[in-house]
Amino acid sequence: MDLECSQLLPALCAALADPRQPLADDTCLEKLLDWLKNVTEIESSLLLLQENPALVELLSHVLKSQDVSPRVLSFSLRLAGTFAAQEDCFLYLQQGELLLGLFGEGGPLCWAAWSVPTVRSGWIQGLRSLAQHPSALHFLVDSGAVDTVLSLQGDPSLFVASAATQLLVHTLALSMQDGAMGCSGLWGGVWPACAQKIVGHVEEFLQSTAAPQVTQALNVLTSTFGRCHSPWTEVLWGQLCPLVAHLLERDPIPSVHSLVDLLLSVARSPALGSSHGGLWEVVAQALRCLSPMQAGPLALGMLKLPHCPQALRTQAFRVLLQPLACVVKANAQVPGSPGWLAGVEDSSLTVDLLLSSKSACVGILCQTLAQLEELQPLPQRPAPWPQEPLLGAAVTILQLCHGAATPSSSGGGRLCATLAGCVRVQRAALDFLGTLSQETCSQELEQQVFAVLSEYLGSPDSSPMVLKKAFQTTLRWLLSSPRTPGCPDLGPHPLLFLRELFPVLQKRLCSPGWEVRDSALEFLTQLSRHWGGQADFRQVLLASEVPTLTQQLLQDPESYVRASAVAAAGQLSSRGLQDAPNSPEHPQTQQGLLGELLRILSTDSEGFPRRAVVQVFTEWLRDGHADVARDTEWFVATVLQVVSRDLDWEVRVQGLELAQVFLVQRLGRPCCPYTVDLPEAVSATPVPEVLQTLCRLQLFDFAFRALLDCDRPVAQKACDLLLFLRDKTTVCSDPQEAGDIPGSASGQITLQRWQDGEQGQLPGDLQPEAVLALLRSTDLEGLQARLSQSSDHVEKSPQSLLQDMLATVGVLGENEADCY
Amino acid sequence: MKLYCLSGHPTLPCNVLKFKSTTIMLDCGLDVTSTLNFLPLPLVQSPRLSNLPGWSLKDGNAFLDKELKECSGHVFVDSVPEFCLPETELIDLSTVDVILISNYHCMMALPYITEHTGFTGTVYATEPTVQIGRLLPSPLKDAVEVSTWRRCYTMQEVNSALSKIQLVGYSQKIELFGAVQVTPLSSGYALGSSNWIIQSHYEKVSYVSGSSLLTTHPQPMDQASLKNSDVLILTGLTQIPTANPDGMVGEFCSNLALTVRNGGNVLVPCYPSGVIYDLLECLYQYIDSAGLSTVPFYFISPVANSSLEFSQIFAEWLCHNKQSKVYLPEPPFPHAELIQTNKLKHYPSIHGDFSNDFRQPCVVFTGHPSLRFGDVVHFMELWGKSSLNTVIFTEPDFSYLEALAPYQPLAMKCIYCPIDTRLNFIQVSKLLKEVQPLHVVCPEQYTQPPPAQSHRMDLMIDCQPPAMSYRRAEVLALPFKRRYEKIEIMPELADSLVPMEIKPGISLATVSAVLHTKDNKHVLQPPPRPAQAAGKKRKRVSEDVPDCKVLKPLLSGSIPVEQFVQTLEKHGFSDIKVEDTAKGHIVLLQEAETLIQLEEDSTHIICDHDELLRVRLRDLVLKFLQKF
Repeated sequence: MDLECSQLLPALCAALADPRQPLADDTCLEKLLDWLKNVTEIESSLLLLQENPALVELLSHVLKSQDVSPRVLSFSLRLAGTFAAQEDCFLYLQQGELLLGLFGEGGPLCWAAWSVPTVRSGWIQGLRSLAQHPSALHFLVDSGAVDTVLSLQGDPSLFVASAATQLLVHTLALSMQDGAMGCSGLWGGVWPACAQKIVGHVEEFLQSTAAPQVTQALNVLTSTFGRCHSPWTEVLWGQLCPLVAHLLERDPIPSVHSLVDLLLSVARSPALGSSHGGLWEVVAQALRCLSPMQAGPLALGMLKLPHCPQALRTQAFRVLLQPLACVVKANAQVPGSPGWLAGVEDSSLTVDLLLSSKSACVGILCQTLAQLEELQPLPQRPAPWPQEPLLGAAVTILQLCHGAATPSSSGGGRLCATLAGCVRVQRAALDFLGTLSQETCSQELEQQVFAVLSEYLGSPDSSPMVLKKAFQTTLRWLLSSPRTPGCPDLGPHPLLFLRELFPVLQKRLCSPGWEVRDSALEFLTQLSRHWGGQADFRQVLLASEVPTLTQQLLQDPESYVRASAVAAAGQLSSRGLQDAPNSPEHPQTQQGLLGELLRILSTDSEGFPRRAVVQVFTEWLRDGHADVARDTEWFVATVLQVVSRDLDWEVRVQGLELAQVFLVQRLGRPCCPYTVDLPEAVSATPVPEVLQTLCRLQLFDFAFRALLDCDRPVAQKACDLLLFLRDKTTVCSDPQEAGDIPGSASGQITLQRWQDGEQGQLPGDLQPEAVLALLRSTDLEGLQARLSQSSDHVEKSPQSLLQDMLATVGVLGENEADCY
Repeated sequence: MKLYCLSGHPTLPCNVLKFKSTTIMLDCGLDVTSTLNFLPLPLVQSPRLSNLPGWSLKDGNAFLDKELKECSGHVFVDSVPEFCLPETELIDLSTVDVILISNYHCMMALPYITEHTGFTGTVYATEPTVQIGRLLPSPLKDAVEVSTWRRCYTMQEVNSALSKIQLVGYSQKIELFGAVQVTPLSSGYALGSSNWIIQSHYEKVSYVSGSSLLTTHPQPMDQASLKNSDVLILTGLTQIPTANPDGMVGEFCSNLALTVRNGGNVLVPCYPSGVIYDLLECLYQYIDSAGLSTVPFYFISPVANSSLEFSQIFAEWLCHNKQSKVYLPEPPFPHAELIQTNKLKHYPSIHGDFSNDFRQPCVVFTGHPSLRFGDVVHFMELWGKSSLNTVIFTEPDFSYLEALAPYQPLAMKCIYCPIDTRLNFIQVSKLLKEVQPLHVVCPEQYTQPPPAQSHRMDLMIDCQPPAMSYRRAEVLALPFKRRYEKIEIMPELADSLVPMEIKPGISLATVSAVLHTKDNKHVLQPPPRPAQAAGKKRKRVSEDVPDCKVLKPLLSGSIPVEQFVQTLEKHGFSDIKVEDTAKGHIVLLQEAETLIQLEEDSTHIICDHDELLRVRLRDLVLKFLQKF
């Protein structure tokens, strides 16, 4: 600990011990504790305490006078635990009976403050910190703390209860570790007393008829198997497995969620041997008797395990498939649906659940769809993957939600009534359908998928959220649709679909709901990004009014829509798909899109469209868009000029990105120290010429100004840009002194002035030499390092924390003096 | 209590409720869908329509070819439309005491009932209902010459019918003959639209007609007052249960914008009031964003002006949001601003100013939605040939395909965006859960899924007990019995009563009185003193008041069997046997050959020819009972 802090500590400890001094806020105590914890990790706690007796005084003061605030008490308990984590310090504190006083039966346990959850939580966390060595373990047993922790498992405060569970697990592990070190023959031998006590407690609770006690026991076990992977856990499971299995025979099964968590935790434990000591049988039983809603997470967990037995995998997968199979069966026109696993459909339990209530039906379907979606991309997913039945199920569910299905059974009719218009299921099913696009399927099914997507995209009843999902899913299907070998164009179905899609897209672009217009534009941007070069697509697109509508939406009253329209129009334009320029009723097309976008950049009142414009411009510059290539320098100069005045920092960052792209084009890529230099494809322009150009475009003016921007990301980006520029130019510059170059000195002064918050201009005729000198003389690396630190790095030091805390107290003192 | 169902149309109901001694007609809807079988009535002679071939029977008989014309495979009647009246034979309509009107769509048959059936009662409706209702049949008036228009009804009859209407306000209580009280409640569907509560002291019938829970322009629906109904009669649900109004408005706007952008015209056949206010409001927000601010919107109706103005002055009937605007210097509906800025122009007809101002492309709102009469016929003929133009149907009352049939072949695009803000089945099931009526009565159409979507079990009323359904010309005995009636006691009679507490908190007294009933009010009056003399007066007295017999005391309480047996034993009876029966106990005195049946509400002593024994036993029984 540094000296300044040491000097501040006594005063602070005294202030903490004084119940009349309220603290500024809780977080400083947490910060203080964090800092001291860091200190103990580096230094010896014992030394620390000896050098700073004020800390021990604080602890003993807390013990003596019981009137400290609960917050300070909780803090002290945790602090004591932190120090006592080191065995020598533990013994030192024990000498003074300080620890027994704080954590023993005569301490805070029987004070009035014990009723405050913070204090109980502090007590547990203190013990958790100190329980690191054998002495601590004995202390825990001897002081009776273990009994208290056992009872705190049922604490009304969830935080306390959870911390108690964690402490129990930790104690058990510590005790077993201690036992293993102490006696050589662990397996045949007797378990340490402390461990026995905890395990006995768990066993007792597992057999309890009270559900909360069963939950507590299961939680302890879940944490144990999750965190301890020593061989003793296998013995423990062997001992408790029958009790856990017995829970499944009760009616109703208690604490199902915790039970499932436990089974998953045991299954994932690497400590258990290949047989897993009867675990698979218990899991199989659980999958059989839990309700579909409860069994789902267990089944998914099992399927994700790499070493799960095949039979169990089949059973688990069946559980996941059942709800969908029931839905399909209820709507099947012909009985028997091929492709499912055998026996999947026959579950009256699932059918009952699906039909019992709307919330149950929606819940199980959403859960199942999400689980299957999660499973689909995993390498350990079941094989063969029933792609076609699942696709059929997703399509059926979507039809049911849309009221378009024609169910054949009464159950199907009720499902239809339940699901009609249900947005939650629609979203889940669309997401799932999107995931399924990764696999191949028959032409017929693909047709069905596009048909149902078409219905959703066209239906006036699709909510904006569902529509957005439908657009996303459509894009995924279009992207994954198999193409005719050797032909880059879209397949016959997607093409047919696209022809139908454009009138719908047109309508959606005119929707009064801005969310709809927005997602339609986003979809259009993606479409043209992927297929903008393909003849069929171009033909369909240009035959529609979509390009015109996109142009018009640049003037949409909603800023998000304008932003998306900018992106879409930019994309269409770079693909040469913009509206025919000779339409008289749209004057802006005659001016050209570039002019229109520049107008938005300089006049739009909202940030989103302006950001979108700069992004589009950057992309245009990168891709060599015709409008840009015509006069790149004018383009860059104009954009930078507008951007430099923008109030939105993201626009300015984007502007710097554009400048960077320009520089790379002129000067070549930055040299990466880790790669072998690749020969430049395009020979870069000679540096002096480039510098001249950059000066003419006032790029330096922009970059230097950005360097001192009050928004850190802008300054960082500018710094990176200037560093790149400096690295590229060092080769050609003369090692002249900065002061010798005309303009350089005044540049320095201006920079200094800007830094001080004054206005001013860099000399307009900044010459390349001056720029180079300025670049060399500015400490860009230093600036970069400073900028990379977070803005509160000055205020985060421990001194400042201690000073702040003292200041709060001090201010109070002054006020008191004023009163006199 | 009976319900006479005179109309089978679920949204144009006409039912008669007999409740206590009153006869109440609930709505007076006129089913005008029959107009679809007639040819349109053009404003100016249409060569296309007049040259349609006559229709002849298969055997070549052409006796109807003057009356029936064929167009694109459909046969139409070439005459002035005739309508489907409510049943007039099911009940003597002259006995109807009052007619309750719930909204302006449900009063079109009023002149038929009030002017041709001997009706002498009163019609109750809210002011906006009457004012807007007065405007509604106007297309008919203008389309047809007065002489032929008699087939519908005359202006005189309309005025006479309207003069019988008494205006009411929401929550106003109207007494009918002292027997029942009727109250209109806001139903949220249209300006002044109401549901009705018909209640006596102990019974409550709710009549729910076109209602809406959406936040549109009218005052929101009053649901709370519908609670605790014995019977809820439910009519006027949405006609398009699968179409969500929001989605349809979106569809409407998109299609409108697409057409106009392409240089086409949009025709919206609509009523001059109702959804049009909401559409104009949506367009008000939409036209700028869609770049349509230069496109003219025309609202053509003989009552366009009144409709737009009425809507602005009926402040008390508007939703809260719009009501508060009345106190600001801005009109409640934004269509006022559309008019001020010249974006929306309204004309009484296509003649006159309109023909000077008319500019294309444009959007025209005009009636009638059936496309059979009104200015819309003209626009259909004018724009039907170009595929650039679009007709957008927003009113759900008519099948759009049938409406279009006489205009086929048609090049113009047709979009169907029915906007029906009335309750859908999800809202109904929520409403019923909330207000929990004992019985629900509704048209039979609502108790099964729509025929075209027989699998949609969600598109029907689902309630417990199942709703009772009715169809046209059916009489329903409503499944609930009147059990109580309120009776007043005259103060002097009340004074004379001596209540006796038989249980803590419960006192009883016997009352001897004369029940006097007049104007459905029942009063207990003190009985006249017993007739003193016989002779001449006796006859009169017996006519007026019943004889007052000497009163036997009333008994109450129950007989505890065990104690009763003990008492019997104490009084010397032996050989007593007790048998349990379904209703109580039988005490057998075997020696005395006597049987005492103790039941919940009666006790019988059965002993042969031993009156003394019976009296002794009776007195023992009475000891356990209280007398008063």
